[in-house]
Amino acid sequence: MSFTDISTTELLAPVPQPGEELPVQLGISPYRLAFRRLRRKPLALVAGAFFVAIVVCCLCAPLYARYVAHTGPDENHISETVVVDGHRHDVVSLIGIPIGPTWHSRFLLGADFNGRDVAVRLLYGGRNSLEIGFCAMAITMVVAILVALFAGYYRGWVDSVLVRLLDVIWAYPAILLGVAIGTSLTLGGISLGPVKLSSGSLFIPALIIGFVNIPYVAKPIRGQVIALREKEFVDAARTLDAGGLRIMFTEILPNLSSTIVVFVPLMIANSILLEAGLSYLGAGVQPPNPSWGTMISDGVTLITSSPHLVLAPGLMLVLTVLSINIFGEGIRDALDPRATTRIKRK
Amino acid sequence: MTRFVVRRSLQALIVLALVSVFTFLIFQVIPNGSPAARMAGRTASPAQIAAIARSWGFNRPIYIQYLHMMDKIFTGSVISYSQQINVLDQIKRGLPATISLAAGAGVIWLALGILIGLLSAIRPGRLLDNTLGFLALTSISAPVFVIGAVLLYALAYRTSVLPSGGYVPLTDNPWQWFEHMLLPWVSLSLPFIGFYSRVLRGNILDAKHEDYVRMARAKGLSGRRVLTRHVLRNSLIPIMALWGLDFAGVVGGGAILIESIFDLNGVGQYAAESIKTLDVPPIMVIVMYTAVLVVVVAALVDILYAYLDPRISLND
Repeated sequence: MSFTDISTTELLAPVPQPGEELPVQLGISPYRLAFRRLRRKPLALVAGAFFVAIVVCCLCAPLYARYVAHTGPDENHISETVVVDGHRHDVVSLIGIPIGPTWHSRFLLGADFNGRDVAVRLLYGGRNSLEIGFCAMAITMVVAILVALFAGYYRGWVDSVLVRLLDVIWAYPAILLGVAIGTSLTLGGISLGPVKLSSGSLFIPALIIGFVNIPYVAKPIRGQVIALREKEFVDAARTLDAGGLRIMFTEILPNLSSTIVVFVPLMIANSILLEAGLSYLGAGVQPPNPSWGTMISDGVTLITSSPHLVLAPGLMLVLTVLSINIFGEGIRDALDPRATTRIKRK
Repeated sequence: MTRFVVRRSLQALIVLALVSVFTFLIFQVIPNGSPAARMAGRTASPAQIAAIARSWGFNRPIYIQYLHMMDKIFTGSVISYSQQINVLDQIKRGLPATISLAAGAGVIWLALGILIGLLSAIRPGRLLDNTLGFLALTSISAPVFVIGAVLLYALAYRTSVLPSGGYVPLTDNPWQWFEHMLLPWVSLSLPFIGFYSRVLRGNILDAKHEDYVRMARAKGLSGRRVLTRHVLRNSLIPIMALWGLDFAGVVGGGAILIESIFDLNGVGQYAAESIKTLDVPPIMVIVMYTAVLVVVVAALVDILYAYLDPRISLND
């Protein structure tokens, strides 16, 4: 950070003692403050940049497939050969062992048992995994926030009914419920009126994962709504004759924003992990559509002869989720005013 | 207190009833093709399909089918579609492996989670805390089946230090039982250890600024004594609650991924295999059985909480 980045207000601000509220700093919004705190965490920033790089790489999958690898994600090369360093190799050997990483443009990370390019499938699979992660997160957040607002603001029977429903979803381990719904949906797809999703659609796993994760977000946010509805500014809005919907969405919702921001990366990471688990069990992304989970699932049977089939997607999965989690933790610490007082200053 | 227990138990019963309806609906209302047609095979005539539907009751109204299914679950006479075996017998056969997995892994993840959480909370923001924090995040970010597959590859296939899966009953050969369970225990525990240590660290750091800690320090107790006798004791309550729920989930077959990777033939793997053959009754019974375990444990945890912590309002 350069010297000009530090404003005078920040320099003059008293150092908070442990257990003491941070003093209000005039002229700087809480989000700018949080952003400043985040900038002081190089690891979180590196992780964030790394995640963006992964997303960009996966979005460029078609370019890599066409100009570098010269093959699509579902194209089989099972009976072909490839020249590496002047030697000719079978893409898949006679006893069914696929070629390992060549570190050349063709079959950079080797081939799978159908002779498909692992690197190409890794990028396409990443695109699917990330897409599902983002969609599922959006579904979870929207539904969970609505449920939390209505349950926490109206209390009474609305609250009882909604909380019981959340309890029902929460009673199942996420992976089992996902598998149960996934099995049922992949049999026939969904047709809800005009919306028709075929059984191979990527939206089905996204929908399932989004649904399964709802209680984990809705419950804590509901608790916050219950606390917020007793605050003076809500009473003030009520005396101004504001209705329930207005209070929920213009008074309470903005006050939930920091919690929501914290949940977003967490839910993306969880959704990607759950997608991998479901796909591994055959209840998520359906073949031949690649995803990191399906690739690992396909590769596990061949792990003794071709460990790259598990290691490549496994490593990508871990790195992606880890980078989101580190970045998410950085955001959480930056937004939490207690974080600075928690760690004693020297 | 009695009123609270009664009320909480009633709530649990309502959730259980909803859970059974919901589980049933997942497999019945969602248009997933007729099970009779699947059972009859590809070349069946419409008359054959109708006969199967009649004998299994698929043509009855939906609420009758629900009552029928509940009756069969309570009497333990659910029959699977694919091999027509009693589902309950299969689940009972899987229980020893699943309970061995849950018990061993549960002890490991609780002990190490507490130890690592405590170590990171001693000097927050320092090297040890940051290193342990990074490791914890990594373990949370790694899917269990990837950890399992890599451990299997390294320790079983490559070096054959440990067996490559399967389950040996404890009563048959305790040492082999231990050898076979070691990798599943470790792979299942790792993410839990990461998660628990982070939760405990946060709890301890929050508790450090409470008045009772200042009070304990003021009356002259050493830092270590305050940490172990006052802070840790209070911070452990939520950890134990979390542990109860996770443990129930694993006993209920929630470790479906680990069980399939290590071929433990437990309840979870039975569910996984039923998924592959699209055999609905076992999945339904296992999912319901898990949910029942979790709901019951959650109610017990809440009651225990109220008993342990007088600050919890019994009216809410």
